[in-house]
Amino acid sequence: MQEIVVISGKGGTGKTSVLSGLAPLGPKKVLADCDVDAADLHLIMHPSVQKRHEFISGELAHIDPDSCTECGLCREYCRFDAIDGSFRVWEQSCEGCALCYHVCPSGAVWMEPRFNGYWYVSETRFGTMVHAALLPGAENSGKLVTTVRTEAREIAQQSGIELILTDGSPGIGCPVIASLSRASLALIVAEPTLAAVSDLKRVQELTAYFGIPAGIVLNKADINESLGEEVEAFAREKGLPLFGRIPYTEGITRAQIEGLSVTEYDPDGLGASMRSIWEGIREKLETEAPSSSGARQEPTS
Amino acid sequence: MRIAIASGKGGTGKTTVAVNLACYLQGLGQEITLVDCDVEEPNCHFFLTPEWDFQQAHSVPVPQIDHEACQGESCLQCARECRFNALIWMVNHIMTFPELCHGCGLCSHICPEDAISETSRETGIMRCGKAQGIQLCSGSLNVREAMAPPLINRLKTFAAERETVILDAPPGTSCPAVAAIHDADFVILVAEPTPFGLHDFKLSVDVLKQLGLPFGLVINRDGMGDDSLLNYAEREGISVLARLPHSREAARAYSTGAILIDEMPEFFREYQNMTQMIQAAQKA
Repeated sequence: MQEIVVISGKGGTGKTSVLSGLAPLGPKKVLADCDVDAADLHLIMHPSVQKRHEFISGELAHIDPDSCTECGLCREYCRFDAIDGSFRVWEQSCEGCALCYHVCPSGAVWMEPRFNGYWYVSETRFGTMVHAALLPGAENSGKLVTTVRTEAREIAQQSGIELILTDGSPGIGCPVIASLSRASLALIVAEPTLAAVSDLKRVQELTAYFGIPAGIVLNKADINESLGEEVEAFAREKGLPLFGRIPYTEGITRAQIEGLSVTEYDPDGLGASMRSIWEGIREKLETEAPSSSGARQEPTS
Repeated sequence: MRIAIASGKGGTGKTTVAVNLACYLQGLGQEITLVDCDVEEPNCHFFLTPEWDFQQAHSVPVPQIDHEACQGESCLQCARECRFNALIWMVNHIMTFPELCHGCGLCSHICPEDAISETSRETGIMRCGKAQGIQLCSGSLNVREAMAPPLINRLKTFAAERETVILDAPPGTSCPAVAAIHDADFVILVAEPTPFGLHDFKLSVDVLKQLGLPFGLVINRDGMGDDSLLNYAEREGISVLARLPHSREAARAYSTGAILIDEMPEFFREYQNMTQMIQAAQKA
């Protein structure tokens, strides 16, 4: 089984548009949306939800006002400023470490498992999709990413499907790291802007550290020719395949408004680009051993 | 006044708005500090290009075990109580996983033998410099580090308090974004008028309502998509602070790190409106 994870470093370069453009091409696949705090893939895939699961992860401190003597020890010890002057726990700041529980002399603090969102198994016109929605402001996005990917792998295994297509998050932090472990290919969607080129280099460094093979799709390729050349030079230097270029076109937005993948919306123009990108990816995957794995363990939270 | 610039979706134009607003307000004679809180992918310094005149490493606390003092297998309280699996018993000693550690201090607190002290681990850097009269403070998380919020929190205290502090937040709605915006006086949400833009805007609105922060919407690349974002804002009574026009010229200027208000008068006017509306909202 192989898994392609679409990442970008910078947000808004077109990860979800590229992924949905690939969805109609190639073999049967399982789709996974791991951009769990701003998931958009469902707006193209229109999943019909088959199963909904609660995502319970980590803990949250609670203080019983009746037993609390307002001694202030919890506030003094908490390193996350999660307890306010009226001895209420501020959910957004609480890391669930339980130090307050341990220091409270009157047993007023208790810890409870934390409900952080939902994850779903759905059917779409391109196959089964696993996706999630983190509650606004919630934590543990890395663990939710791991949950989504684990479920996608199980479904693929049970149904004899050989490919998983995973949409990642922007950035290089916890959810991105969680989306990369054991991936067969990191597909990096870049754009020729100063900011995005810098972000591309950082996210490529991350994939190299975890030993994940990577390749690039250059989106909005005609916005800045010289920065486009810089991306090409960077790809050559790092030995990364450049799978293709997508022009800066209204078609991407129009497809989104129609709720279609770019390949369905514009089969001749964008669709042709996507087919050529898919051919490049297919060749790359054939040279990688199936289920190739990163050499290093990733942090899980 | 602390103004945070945020968005659920990435790449909607947070940094563009943060930098151009900073330049506009500086032009009015205000003292500005711009804090680039997107420490995973900091980009403000491509638009304001300061000579960094101050730089400091950022470190987080991690446990250090005194294996002589540790009671070993008969105790294991630290390994049992650590919520983050950052300490485990390995055959004959406690082993630590610093990258999983949240630096809460629980292990050193509960160890009955005082066998756990704290050392520090570098996870990123903070830098400050001045460009175009604006103080820019920027954080950069080391590649391979998972946890941005401690660096974001530290960076905000590191940045000089000035008349106006502009916080350029990371994308999303989870802990890094909340760390950047939670103590702002006003939040500018930047969104694109597209289905993805609208969907992620609604998520950001939920977060801001939970945090109880005043906010307004800046529509970026206005005209690229449809009217659903504008209609939603009107229906929900969310004030539209500015509508920055969609243009290939602006996209190209952005790609090179240009300041749009310097080059395109139609953008200057939008920042003028934006500022007036924020001031009016603050008075109200």
